Amino acid sequence: MSLSITLTVNAVPRTIALDDPRVTLLDLLRERLDLTGTKKGCDRGQCGACTVLVDGRRVNSCLALAVSHDGAEVLTIEGLAEGETPHPVQAAFIEHDAFQCGFCTPGQIMSAVGLIREGQAGDDPERVREGMSGNLCRCGAYQGITEAVLQAQRRLAEPEQEQAA
Amino acid sequence: MNRFDYIRPATVAEAVAAAAVPGSAYLAAGTNLLDLMKGGVMRPARLVDLARVPGLDAIEALPDGGLRIGARVRNADLAYDPGFARRFPAVAEALLSGASAQLRNAATVGGNLLQRTRCAYFYDPASACNKREPGAGCDAREGENRLHAVLGWSEQCIATHPSDFCVPLVALGAVVEIEGQAGRREVPLEEFHRLPGTTPERESVLAPGELVVAVRLPGEAAGFAGHARYVKLRERTSYAFAVVSAAACLRLEDGAIAEARLALGGVAAKPWRVPAAEAVLQGARPGAEAFRQAAEAALAEAQPSGENGFKIELARRILVRALTLAAAGTPERLPALPASPLASHSGVSLHG
Ligand SMILES: Cc1cc2nc3c(=O)[nH]c(=O)nc-3n(C[C@H](O)[C@H](O)[C@H](O)COP(=O)(O)OP(=O)(O)OC[C@H]3O[C@@H](n4cnc5c(N)ncnc54)[C@H](O)[C@@H]3O)c2cc1C
Ligand code: SF4
Ligand code: FES
Ligand code: FES
Repeated sequence: MSLSITLTVNAVPRTIALDDPRVTLLDLLRERLDLTGTKKGCDRGQCGACTVLVDGRRVNSCLALAVSHDGAEVLTIEGLAEGETPHPVQAAFIEHDAFQCGFCTPGQIMSAVGLIREGQAGDDPERVREGMSGNLCRCGAYQGITEAVLQAQRRLAEPEQEQAA
Repeated sequence: MNRFDYIRPATVAEAVAAAAVPGSAYLAAGTNLLDLMKGGVMRPARLVDLARVPGLDAIEALPDGGLRIGARVRNADLAYDPGFARRFPAVAEALLSGASAQLRNAATVGGNLLQRTRCAYFYDPASACNKREPGAGCDAREGENRLHAVLGWSEQCIATHPSDFCVPLVALGAVVEIEGQAGRREVPLEEFHRLPGTTPERESVLAPGELVVAVRLPGEAAGFAGHARYVKLRERTSYAFAVVSAAACLRLEDGAIAEARLALGGVAAKPWRVPAAEAVLQGARPGAEAFRQAAEAALAEAQPSGENGFKIELARRILVRALTLAAAGTPERLPALPASPLASHSGVSLHG
């Protein structure tokens, strides 16, 4: 059986031959596609460092089998910025000092993008904290992370409000 | 992780035929299975991927007002389905109290039912575990067993079933639809998981190769929507399994309890419905006294299986808490911290 899969990674279609079905989406991104922005923390679903968007939804790439995601669209931290312009969530993380060592940051940012798309948290910091609880930060930058997510969400909502007005 | 053959069936019939081969396991999202395979706890020779099997991902309204939920529906999609959350709020609350947003976006209904225990010795291939290796012994008996079972356990195994979702489901009389090579059958969720007895490796009534295709909630279960809550005590605020949990669903008539549906989580190898406690409440006025009596009845048979006697009183109190919140009425919107006993009713910030 052929284990060739196609994935659209950061808007680039790719055909990937897998010699082994054991490869996780995380290892595929890091080891085969050289997209090392996505981090491996626990490799067991417990830290969120490996968070990416698959078909627009945030998931843990360490507990996803690559071969099972044939045809999927994957967005990683490398695909977020528009050229040299950081994504509003990236900009807000910088503005709010929402990291220290930075190891958890790509996962935090991808998770925040997913959370904002889900649209369930509103402007309630408690709901943002709960919605971000799948991303651990060993440096304890949680305060800045919550502020950054809330600000990015407001900025992303602004153009829509202007259109509506 | 062991090497395995990867099979991607295109129909339910193909899936069931493929999985009938010994050594096969179904792959749903893999959030539990891959974790266990990475640790060498499960070593299936063949993975039968459900990703492309049609007919498993619908949420369908039934003529009796009930709902049929396909086995591959994602936990998050179900919890946020407006029709579902309105009619079965305690189930939505339980779903949203489980794992993390990322895991709920992936995890499926079938995988949630069939997830394995979180007993640390089961997870550690260097430890003795009757569930992993029948006859090997049980290191949990003399080990770290604070979080183990207080109901329905045996000398051979004291593990608990970790699902939140299953707790309100069992209270509300959910039914599991199963497809096997011999055709389709149905089993009430209450009879779906098995107690360990002398065969802790057999965790459900599924025969090898049988597939869960859907879970059904009967229409009458929506009659509890106005007074239905799930409460889950964790060792941290979020992203943790239950120490103990309780689902309480009430139907009130003229200020009295016409019918109660109650179940406990984190206490046994299955979601634990408590009919004796339901009977105590029938016809009673909601209030502290009746709730405490119900909690006494619910835990009457409980026995510590190690250093976990505290869970018995904790379970009583969590059940009383769930009943108190249910009697007060299902909130318009789930609190910011779903199912948290620390959350205020209105979902106001805990942190000042
Ligand atoms: C860090 C972490 C925290 C978690 N916290 C919680 C929590 O607080 N509460 C909670 O309830 N859960 C929690 N979970 C568990 C999570 O809910 C399960 O991992 C998930 O529900 C499994 O679903 P899946 O689709 O990924 O199943 P898989 O991992 O793909 O499968 C799990 C098992 O079910 C079998 N299976 C799957 N689908 C079917 C089917 N249709 N028919 C027959 N067999 C099938 C598989 O063969 C496998 O044995 C947590 C998990 C992690 C990793
Ligand atoms: S309690 Fe059950 S799962 Fe845990 S070690 Fe004992 S036999 Fe294994
Ligand atoms: S690396 Fe995936 S959750 Fe930790
Ligand atoms: S910034 Fe160091 S782990 Fe989060």
